[in-house]
Amino acid sequence: LRKNVEDFTGPRERSDLGFVTFDITADILNGKKCIFDWNVKQLFVYLSVEYSTKNNALNQVVLWDKVILRGDNPRLYLKDMKSKYLFFDDGNGLKGNKNITFTLSWNVVPNAGILPLVTGSGHVSVPFPDTYETTKSY
Amino acid sequence: LYYQVLNFAMIVSSALMIWKGLIVVTGSESPIVVVLSGSMEPAFHRGDLLFLTNFHNDPIRAGEIVVFKVEGRDIPIVHRVIKIHEKENGDIKFLTKGDNNEVDDRGLYKEGQNWLEKKDVVGRARGFLPYVGMVTIIMNDYPKFKVCV
Repeated sequence: LRKNVEDFTGPRERSDLGFVTFDITADILNGKKCIFDWNVKQLFVYLSVEYSTKNNALNQVVLWDKVILRGDNPRLYLKDMKSKYLFFDDGNGLKGNKNITFTLSWNVVPNAGILPLVTGSGHVSVPFPDTYETTKSY
Repeated sequence: LYYQVLNFAMIVSSALMIWKGLIVVTGSESPIVVVLSGSMEPAFHRGDLLFLTNFHNDPIRAGEIVVFKVEGRDIPIVHRVIKIHEKENGDIKFLTKGDNNEVDDRGLYKEGQNWLEKKDVVGRARGFLPYVGMVTIIMNDYPKFKVCV
């Protein structure tokens, strides 16, 4: 599981807005066997970002998600993806933040039964720049 | 006739005890809910049954499916948490969105409300059974199961 990210922050009225592009290479398995056994209807995969700020001890934002249906290949090979959702902070905690951690997780949706939430092994930590970008377009 | 009435009363009170017991064990005021809309497709469809827990110490994390009530409205909604901002003392505010919806739930919240809080949560979806809830949709008059997703 590997993610590569490039990012910069943009100024907004009161809250920091982060812009991220990323690549994801992932193979979702259940131990050694295929995760799509008889009772798995679909996987809801999402990329979430976790960080701490002065305002809030813990922040988590989902940047991107995808549904993988049974029958689809549980391998992800994505390049140069932009986040699906706006990455707003509650305040100005993104500027100069040294540690923004990206993790890939998924919800296993069964045909019937328990709904487990699994976090992928491997994560990437990235620092955000100290200055705001005003000229780059996204 | 006396025994029939007694028998019936036994059945009704057993059912009530089981239901109340479930409420206590799961910590949720509404531990079993029926999905009424397609906003969480393709994971949940209309007529599916969801089992919830609502343990106080369970943290709310991004990606979890929660059932919440908007202040002032009676109808619980089942969507996924997509953003959380939590303070050191445990105060948390979070945003939700239906998987099948284009936009987040801000349009569903109260006028001027931008975030949900722990007190709005009825429970977390832990398990589910497909189609079973169709019965209540057809009957449409069981207040215990009235849920909008």
